[in-house]
Order: sequence, then structure tokens, then C-alpha cells
Amino acid sequence: MVLGFTFISPWLIGFICFFAINLLHAVYYSLCNVIVNPAGGYRLEFAGISNYIYALTKHGEFNRILTTSITDMLIDVPLIVFFSLLMAMILNQKFKGRTVVRAIFFLPVILLSSAISDALQAAMNMIIGGVSSVPPEMREASGFSARYLLRVFMELGFPTILLDYIEGAVNRIYDIVKASSVQILIFLAALQAIPGALYEVAKIEGATTYESFWKITFPMVSPLILTNVIYTIIDSFTVSDVVNTIYTTAFTSMNFGLSSAMSILSSASVCIILITVGYLISKKTFYQN
Amino acid sequence: MEFKITENDKHKVQSKIKSILLDVFKWIIIIGISYIVLGPIITIISNSFTSIEDAYNPLVYLIPITPTLEHIKKAYTKMNYLKTLFSTVSFVFLLMIIQAFICSLVGYGFARFRFPGRNILFGCVILTIVVPIYTIMVPLYTQFRYFDLFGIIKLVTGKEGISILNTKIPITLMTLMGMGLRSGLYIYIFRQFFRGLPKEIEEAAFIDGAGSFYTYFRIMLPNAIPSIVTVLLFSLVWQYNDTFYASLFMPNSNLLALKLTTMAGSLSTVDRIYDPLHVDLIMNAAVLLAITPIIIVYVFLQRYFMEGIERSGIVG
Repeated sequence: MVLGFTFISPWLIGFICFFAINLLHAVYYSLCNVIVNPAGGYRLEFAGISNYIYALTKHGEFNRILTTSITDMLIDVPLIVFFSLLMAMILNQKFKGRTVVRAIFFLPVILLSSAISDALQAAMNMIIGGVSSVPPEMREASGFSARYLLRVFMELGFPTILLDYIEGAVNRIYDIVKASSVQILIFLAALQAIPGALYEVAKIEGATTYESFWKITFPMVSPLILTNVIYTIIDSFTVSDVVNTIYTTAFTSMNFGLSSAMSILSSASVCIILITVGYLISKKTFYQN
Repeated sequence: MEFKITENDKHKVQSKIKSILLDVFKWIIIIGISYIVLGPIITIISNSFTSIEDAYNPLVYLIPITPTLEHIKKAYTKMNYLKTLFSTVSFVFLLMIIQAFICSLVGYGFARFRFPGRNILFGCVILTIVVPIYTIMVPLYTQFRYFDLFGIIKLVTGKEGISILNTKIPITLMTLMGMGLRSGLYIYIFRQFFRGLPKEIEEAAFIDGAGSFYTYFRIMLPNAIPSIVTVLLFSLVWQYNDTFYASLFMPNSNLLALKLTTMAGSLSTVDRIYDPLHVDLIMNAAVLLAITPIIIVYVFLQRYFMEGIERSGIVG
């Protein structure tokens, strides 16, 4: 028993000293006005929930940024999870050059730095170039464009919401690919853990590929859908505009109290989303044991 | 002689066509995605060597007519490349080793020992993964700004504590205490992995009279090589690219990722390069310099990356 505590003691001390205490501090700061002395030190004036009220109703941008970040996230998560499952299934097949392709797909993980990704984003805009860099008056004349295709579908009677969703996804394909690398690997590992015998039986019984996907593959990877959804949500929030706003509020405007209130609001909403999503998905998840 | 097309043949042809179509579809997707991933990198490489005249020449695309090393040189001196690289790599290596060691220790503790409150404490590990680090950013900052271990300094000198910002202490200390960059995730990985190992290995060692720590070092750690490799590599890459912790605790330090973030501004204010396109080209060269080491590491080790993830505990 004591041994167990010895093994986890570094973490336990760290958790108490750096995490738990600071989480409480953050809550406390958010209820105070933090006044920084130029000479050193700072003092706290209790201010109740005024920081929260300010962040939600008076601050120019915060509530807009928070809601857009959350909606963006809710839009992206299914896309990323679906996309990474698809890619994992493709990569799970045997074909020539699979190692190379897998290496390429995993490349975004190692380039996940805000500094690098900003530069990469700029570079990406240059090569996407095509439609967006052509002056608008020429764009109409250039014949084929994605917009044109969308209009055709719209006239065929596809719902506009669906088309907007797809258009958004296509426009953000780079972000989606970039955000799915780890998820692809997790799904890939899950796919490789499915015993091949299951598929053989299904084939003998006359199941089509489509059926065996829904009856075998999907249930078998479903626990990892939850893992991936949670990973995606956390990941997408750590690099959002919300964090930037919180950061500048703290270190440019030196408004520590407001910044703490903002971060507690946003992490509370992340936690609520995580709990809801986790609950909904885990109800549908199939566990082998 | 006439050909008879039997039902069976028809079926074969159909499935043949189907599989060819699927293959075509598969390769379209693979090539498309590879292009999306590699495209920016190719552009960055090409931009780094494109001279400013070529950049304004609409006929030049990707392959410069008059290639130049000027941007690379500029970025090289501006970042003080070799020195920065060396200090970054040594710091990151230190953190990487501490992190893998501490997290494996903690993960092992959670996986193999029963003690009161184990599940609640492991829930706290999950909490550190789920609660974004920026929530506690401000208190952390003030904690290190007025650093005072158990109030000793205040007791002795009566001052508010000393600032250890802009040193390597905060990040090292947090990593050492299992609170470093994504430490929670690594603890989780190790715990899942150790839980998957058969218990008999340790029992044999215990019967032979080995102590817990001895067993851990001599028997469990060598068995955990796949997850150690995964964690080492992830830790290396993420620490190398990290700007959040670094800019919070040591904004003036000599780290590559930090230099990149401040460079664009300093190019226009200090070097008086006002042409945004020119700044862009130099920035591309700087990014190229920054990612080259990590890409080289990746090319050599990518096999272990993949295998490590597949075998280690993420999948649980």
C-alpha cells in the first residue's frame, strides 16, 4: 500500500502543488480584481461574480469567440472522426508503399506547433491559390469551380444545410487532415486488433462488405470512437481563439481576474461538452467483454 | 465455337470491376491527402530558395529561376541557428528523459498497486488531461513569479518570494513532478500498458526476493520498451514544438520555436524589411531550418512511432 504511494508520489506532489492549488487559485482569482503592483507583488480585491458578468456581457469579443469556437468544434469533431476512420480503413489494407503513405499521414503530428503551423497555413494558402487568388472578375469566367458544382446540387434539391456543411469541410480540408493524424493511428491499431476470423465467418455466411462493416468493424472500433472524440475535442480547444483571447487578456491587458474568469467559463463549457458527449456515446458503445 | 457467358463469369467480371474501381478511389484519396500534407512543406522548401525577383515574377511557380541562399543565410544568422538548436535540443532531451521516467513510474504505480483512493486519484490524472492547461495559466505564472517553497523565503527575508521566470526551473520542476506538457496522457499510456503485462513476471521476481523498485527497473522497464519509445518520441516532438509553456515561463529563452514566433516582427522593426513578401520568404526559410532536425529524426524513427502507438496502451 505504502509502495503504491511511493510510486505515484512525484505525480501526487505535483498534482497538489501545481494543479489542484492553482485550480483553486484560478477560481479565486476569477472572483477578484487582481491588482498588480508595479514595484512587485499583487493584491486581490474581492469582486464577486463581476468578472464573469463582464466577460459574458460587456467584453467586446469573448462570448462571440467562445460560441464560434464551440460550434466550430462541434462541426469538426464528427468530420475528423469519420475521416480518420475512413483513412484508417484504407491504410489497414495491404498495398505497395503503405509504410510511406503512413509516414506521410503522420507527418502533421510532428509539425504541430503554432509557429510552424502559422507559416504552413500561409504556404497552404499560396498553393491552394487557384480559386481564391484569382481576381473575382476572372473567377466567374474560369468555368469550373466548386461553387458551380454546389449550385448544380442545390438545383437538384439537396438541402442547403448539408451542402454548406460539405462546402465548409472541403474548405477546411487541410485543418481536418492536420487534426486527424493521431486519431488515424488509434483507429488503425484498433482495426488491427480485430480478429480476421470474424470477417471470414461473415464472408462464408454471405455478408457483403457493407454489412460486415456495420456488423463487425463498427462495433469493434466503437470504444475508440469515444477515445477519439474526446481527444479531438480537447485537442481542438487547446489551439483555439479562446486561448489567445485569454492569453492576451492576462499578459497584455494584465487583467488576471478577467482572464481567469474567461478560462474557467471556457473550460467549464469544454467539460460539459465532454461529459454530455461521453455519456451519449458510451451508451451506444459496444464492449466486447 | 461460341462463347457462353455463364452466371459465374458475369459475377467474376463484376467483382473484378468493383475492386478496380475501389482501388482507383483509394488511390485518389491517398494521393489527394498526401498532397495536402506535403504541399505546404514543398512550398516552404521552394519559397526558401526563391529570390525576391522570382517571387514577383508571375511565370515562376515552385521552381525558382534564380535560386538564392540569401533567405536561409538571413534566417540562420537571425536565429543564431546552431547555438539555439543546441540549447533547444539539450533542454528538450533533458525534459524528454525526465518525463518518460517519471510518467512510467507513476503509471506503474497506478497499474500494479492497490491503495485507498486509487481510482479517485487516477480520475485526477484524467482531470489533468481534460482541464486545459490555460485554465491554471495565471496562477501558475504568479506562483513562479513569486516563487516561495512552503513560505521559507518569506520567513527568512520577509519578501514576497523570488521570481524564477525566464529560467529553466519552472518547466523542469513541473516535468519532474509529472505535470509537464501532456504528462497526464503519458501516465495514462503507461498505466494501460503495464496493466496489459502478465502479473506472473513480477511474482516470479518477488519470490526470488527482489524488491519493488528493483523489479520495476530490471523487469518492468525493459518490458515496456514499446511504450517508452512512444512516449519519448511524442515528448521530444511536442516539447520541441511547444510555444505555450515556453512563452509563459521563459519568454526570453533561447528556444527555436520561440525564436520563430518573434522573428517576423523583429524582421520589420530591427532589419527594416518592409516588403511583406520578403519577410514571408525569410520566415519560410526560418521554418525550414526549424523543422529540418525534427523531420530528420522522424524519417529515421517513424517506424517506431507507428509500432509504438500500435503496441502501447493508447488503445487500451
